[in-house]
Amino acid sequence: MFGKKKTEEPARRDGFVQRLRARLNKGDSWLTYDLANLAPGRKIDDEVLEDLESSLVMADVGVDATEHIIASLRKSLARKELKDVDALYAGLQKIISEILQTVEKPLSITEGEGPFVILMVGVNGAGKTTTIGKIARRLKDQGLSVMLAAGDTFRAAAIEQLQAWGERNDVSVIAQQTGADPAAVIYDAYESARSRNIDVLLADTAGRLQNQQGLMDELTKVKRVLGRQNSNAPQEIMLVLDASLGQNALVQAEKFHDALGVTGITVTKLDGSAKGGILLAIARKLAIPVRFIGIGESAEDMQEFRADEFADAMLRPANQVEPAT
Amino acid sequence: MFEQLTERLSTAARNLSGKGRLSEENIKDTLRQVRLALLEADVALPVVKSFIERIREKAVGEEVGKSLTPGQALVKVIHAELITLLGTDTAALDLRARPPVVIMLAGLQGAGKTTTAAKLARRLIEKDKKKVMLVSVDVHRPAAILQLETLARDVSAMYCNSSASEKPEDIVVRAIDQSRRSFADVLIIDTAGRLHIDKEMMDEVVRVHDIAGPHETLFVIDSMAGQDAVNSASAFDKSLPLTGVILTKADGDAKGGVALSVRQVTGKPIRFVGVGEKTDALEVFHPDRMASRILGMGDVLTLVEEIEGKVNRDKAEKLAKKIGKGRGFDLADLRDQFEQMLNMGGMAKMLEKLPLAGKVNTAALNGAANEEQMRRQMAIIDSMTPGERRFPKVINGSRKRRIAVGSGQQIQDVNRLLKQHLQMEKMMKKMSKGGMKKMLRGLPGGGMPPGPR
Ligand SMILES: Nc1nc2c(ncn2[C@@H]2O[C@H](COP(=O)(O)OP(=O)(O)OP(=O)(O)O)[C@@H](O)[C@H]2O)c(=O)[nH]1
Ligand SMILES: Nc1nc2c(ncn2[C@@H]2O[C@H](COP(=O)(O)OP(=O)(O)OP(=O)(O)O)[C@@H](O)[C@H]2O)c(=O)[nH]1
Ligand SMILES: [Mg+2]
Ligand SMILES: [Mg+2]
Repeated sequence: MFGKKKTEEPARRDGFVQRLRARLNKGDSWLTYDLANLAPGRKIDDEVLEDLESSLVMADVGVDATEHIIASLRKSLARKELKDVDALYAGLQKIISEILQTVEKPLSITEGEGPFVILMVGVNGAGKTTTIGKIARRLKDQGLSVMLAAGDTFRAAAIEQLQAWGERNDVSVIAQQTGADPAAVIYDAYESARSRNIDVLLADTAGRLQNQQGLMDELTKVKRVLGRQNSNAPQEIMLVLDASLGQNALVQAEKFHDALGVTGITVTKLDGSAKGGILLAIARKLAIPVRFIGIGESAEDMQEFRADEFADAMLRPANQVEPAT
Repeated sequence: MFEQLTERLSTAARNLSGKGRLSEENIKDTLRQVRLALLEADVALPVVKSFIERIREKAVGEEVGKSLTPGQALVKVIHAELITLLGTDTAALDLRARPPVVIMLAGLQGAGKTTTAAKLARRLIEKDKKKVMLVSVDVHRPAAILQLETLARDVSAMYCNSSASEKPEDIVVRAIDQSRRSFADVLIIDTAGRLHIDKEMMDEVVRVHDIAGPHETLFVIDSMAGQDAVNSASAFDKSLPLTGVILTKADGDAKGGVALSVRQVTGKPIRFVGVGEKTDALEVFHPDRMASRILGMGDVLTLVEEIEGKVNRDKAEKLAKKIGKGRGFDLADLRDQFEQMLNMGGMAKMLEKLPLAGKVNTAALNGAANEEQMRRQMAIIDSMTPGERRFPKVINGSRKRRIAVGSGQQIQDVNRLLKQHLQMEKMMKKMSKGGMKKMLRGLPGGGMPPGPR
């Protein structure tokens, strides 16, 4: 549990894995529940695989990715490679890691003409503004100069929320008034960042649902306007996905990707008990790099995405389990 | 790829009709498809399991045997069952208590609590003529308090100031006092987002609840939420005596299976549905529409309902806008129209009430006036994929054949329906061009002032 408790200092990797694992296996998840109930000694047969199939879907993995995983396991089973529950875990862990490894590509800030622009996009309440605060902290800690652009000119107090993050991190925020054209705000911010030799510009945008065409067009305009200033900008279009969402997260990834060409994903709220299994489906279908995972509301509650850790944490059986209802 | 439930079902239904008789074997297959489809709609596994059991019991009976196509009957059984599970009690807020009646909102981070607080305030002010005060006890998230303050101003609600340096408990005490002294009828408390597994934060919200003694404690949840919603909902329900649920962001394209999960796991009625970011985008929950949505049948408000029901300028204009964009009237809408017409005695009758009706060619509609025909046409639409309903242009020869088989109709019937839809779409466009406003002005009870907008 990391929620509101102030973390003393950026957690060491080890500690983090431990924590993530502990959390992902809190016991109130059906995946671990079902896995743990594939009693030791129970023969691994079709029925077990069917249980597993349900469990994966319960982790928001989605039917498509689940079917793929189960089909692989079935093959192993036919080859008599799965003799016991341990072998089943190992097989499952391997398959999931393999899928996620294809998208384990950390964000690298390249130097070039003008600031490196990260455009943050996603549905309402996903965690865009908070993630900007976290990334700003991280980049500053790495010695880079950072500026924020208050591109959410719609939601009440969205600008002030970003400004609060600017203050926390001691970075400047370029903003106009509510109702201003987001493309204009971000354009101004870009100019300002360039003239001040800023390394990274983080541009916030208002949350929008992917089926709202007018609002999606607004984002393509922002992208176009940035591109006119520098053909490389925005260097990163980061989609923020809430881990507690279900299958619609895949639709979000598809539609934002279609509209904008998403270059990176950050998954937030993994400190909850949701598994974020939809990442498997997204990785298989779209292969968009996953950059960070968010594990809390504070600036330091973010880590680079690691496939093996994620898979491991997802599957490690719980010590004590009790079903939720 | 996994499309929607209806698509799965039409496949399953074809398998059924081909086999004629229901055996344990082929029903198992079909139900497996339904199970997966519900899981894809984000309905939680335990809920899906009990649902499938109910369906199994009902489907094996004669209801399926008697019908034209087993698939259609199955859809009906499933739809009805979904409505039952979603709850037919769309109870409004209970405000029968000594004022100030306290309403408290709680839920996960980013669910939409603050926005919903403002929406509720607006609704209570405008519809119920209440004096409403808003207060935020979110001392955690940056600018959360300012967000509510801004919204309070937007909806002309009274506002009790608070600051991030205060304790939530202290704010509540002050707010209750202030709302009493300003004779507010209702006090709405917006709380910080929190994870159900965050003990410290859950303790906080319980303390706030104990002090506030709310008459309504509403759990706000994102309609895009996944499988874990059963866990968060039940945890919130255990910590707080929830009295209802509000589903947000239903203007998106998620199927919203979470509605079913949360309803099942808490047993609490779903009160309202958030359908947009603006403060007027709050609707009363309709289990039948939600059921259709989970099943992929669309939940678009129909023109008929808009006009026949309590005429409402906002809603009617929304619909007019939708149609005006030319994207509005698809086959899912047409299906809704049929359903409404069956209930109401026909589109033509409805059009009589419209001043524009004389100018509109209603010939296309008269063809559909026949009840039996309408039912068959609905069956045809039900056998289409959501994509086909949305974009009828994609329906080529082989798709027509599939649809015809799935619905037990002839290809000519499919052709006729498509032609009729085309005509109606044209007519709708014409109506929107002809000035929906003008048309609405003539409605009984419409009573809207002319003037610019
Ligand atoms: N527990 C947890 N909460 C998070 C995380 N990331 C963001 N949040 C919370 O989620 C809520 C929404 O975050 P925002 O950053 O405001 O989300 P947004 O996408 O900018 O929202 P809009 O701009 O309104 O669309 C806030 O309460 C955040 O504190 C995370 O990783 N874990
Ligand atoms: N499209 C749409 N957006 C909504 C709806 N309800 C809320 N939102 C948006 O969702 C985002 C989060 O809403 P908030 O009201 O800030 O959510 P919250 O639960 O108060 O968030 P925290 O206080 O950070 O936990 C904002 O961008 C809102 O505009 C809705 O019904 N439809
Ligand atoms: Mg934001
Ligand atoms: Mg809030």
